[in-house]
Amino acid sequence: MNALTLLASDPDKFTPPTPQELFELPPIGGIYWLTKPVILAVLTSIIVIVFCWSAFAKPKLVPRGIQNVGEIGYMFVRDQVARPFLGKDADRWMGLLLSMFFMIWVWNLMGVIPFIQFPVASHIAFPAVLAITVYVIKIFLGVKHQGGIGYFKNMMFPPGIPKGMYVLLAPLEFASNMILAPFTHMVRLFANMFAGHMLLAFFSMVGFWFLFEKLTPLGAAVGVLGVVMTIVFTALELLIQFLQAYLFAMLAAMYIGGALHAEH
Amino acid sequence: MTLAAKLLAAEEGAYNPLMPHTYELVIGSFAFAVVAFFLIKVLTPRIQKTLQERTEAIEGGILKAEKAQAEAAALQQQYREQLNEARTEAARLREEAREQAAQLKAELREEAQAEARRIIDAAHAQIEADRQQAFSQLRTEIGRLSTDLAGRIVGESLEDEARQRRTIDRFLDELEGSAPAVR
Repeated sequence: MNALTLLASDPDKFTPPTPQELFELPPIGGIYWLTKPVILAVLTSIIVIVFCWSAFAKPKLVPRGIQNVGEIGYMFVRDQVARPFLGKDADRWMGLLLSMFFMIWVWNLMGVIPFIQFPVASHIAFPAVLAITVYVIKIFLGVKHQGGIGYFKNMMFPPGIPKGMYVLLAPLEFASNMILAPFTHMVRLFANMFAGHMLLAFFSMVGFWFLFEKLTPLGAAVGVLGVVMTIVFTALELLIQFLQAYLFAMLAAMYIGGALHAEH
Repeated sequence: MTLAAKLLAAEEGAYNPLMPHTYELVIGSFAFAVVAFFLIKVLTPRIQKTLQERTEAIEGGILKAEKAQAEAAALQQQYREQLNEARTEAARLREEAREQAAQLKAELREEAQAEARRIIDAAHAQIEADRQQAFSQLRTEIGRLSTDLAGRIVGESLEDEARQRRTIDRFLDELEGSAPAVR
């Protein structure tokens, strides 16, 4: 598809893909909201629900088959994400954290599944939904457990610091907790998937262009390099996709834990 | 967010990856809400319940195993005691049997000796009787022979029965006087 647009602009020159080409996808069937990421987001929800249903709906004391796989995911989220930040409250938040972890991971995996190849989280609306959800929960829990004033006082005036420092610290703490935290929470996931998709698209287009579109003896080497880099970066992406899902869930647990109990 | 707004204002119409589409926000919220509903309300409680039950089952299993082990140890102790008891009992019975056997042997020996003595005595009595009988027969025989002999020697028949008898008796009495020497 991109090869066609490239040909149109300048048939003999390789131009790298632009974000617009890669991320602004045409609606399907003339329905303006029915785009690839929307379809993939719905598909992801179905996959996650079906997987979790088959793993957890009728759990056995001695796990069999898919329950084993589901339990590995559950144990990972519980022991690596929930318990370190939520302690004894971990079990109550497992549902939310599991939903986020599984959903983000499958969203991201969509980026490397052949023929699908589009990470859902590279459209900022999807990470935004999760980050805003966590943000709302965080503020709600903070006010509920620490009181309307107490929450902001604990946040902006941590004890054990010279009084003069508060002039500097209070606005910084407020900005970091109230504005930067949700924003970075959302952008970290989005930007990683966005950049990863750009890189994969770039290297695979290099390979396609120099090996198929304009095959020359000198260009072939570049094309092979492009293919090799595509493979290497796909492996790296797989790692990053998992890490970002893990990190997002971990930060969510951290924010919720911080709202439940005043830090320090 | 200000960055996003600035970018949007600067390049109206150009692609801005930081500006979310409204429909994606709506569908994303819906997609997440459905997943979260199933996992929070239905599935996580189920798996947590099972995990809890598993923990209890394992703990219960360990407890049961410990109990079984203690029971086995007690049973072993009991068996060992019973075995010891049985051994002492067996030893005691053996000792008793040995004593009884010895006693029985002694009794039997005594009985046998008594029987032997009785048999010997009976034999002696028999012999004595036989001897007496032989002796009395011999006495008659000797008497007859003697009279015959004496008659032949003297030449006269000692027909007179009474006289003959007296003579014989007198002779025999004389013989009898020296009997201890004969015997």
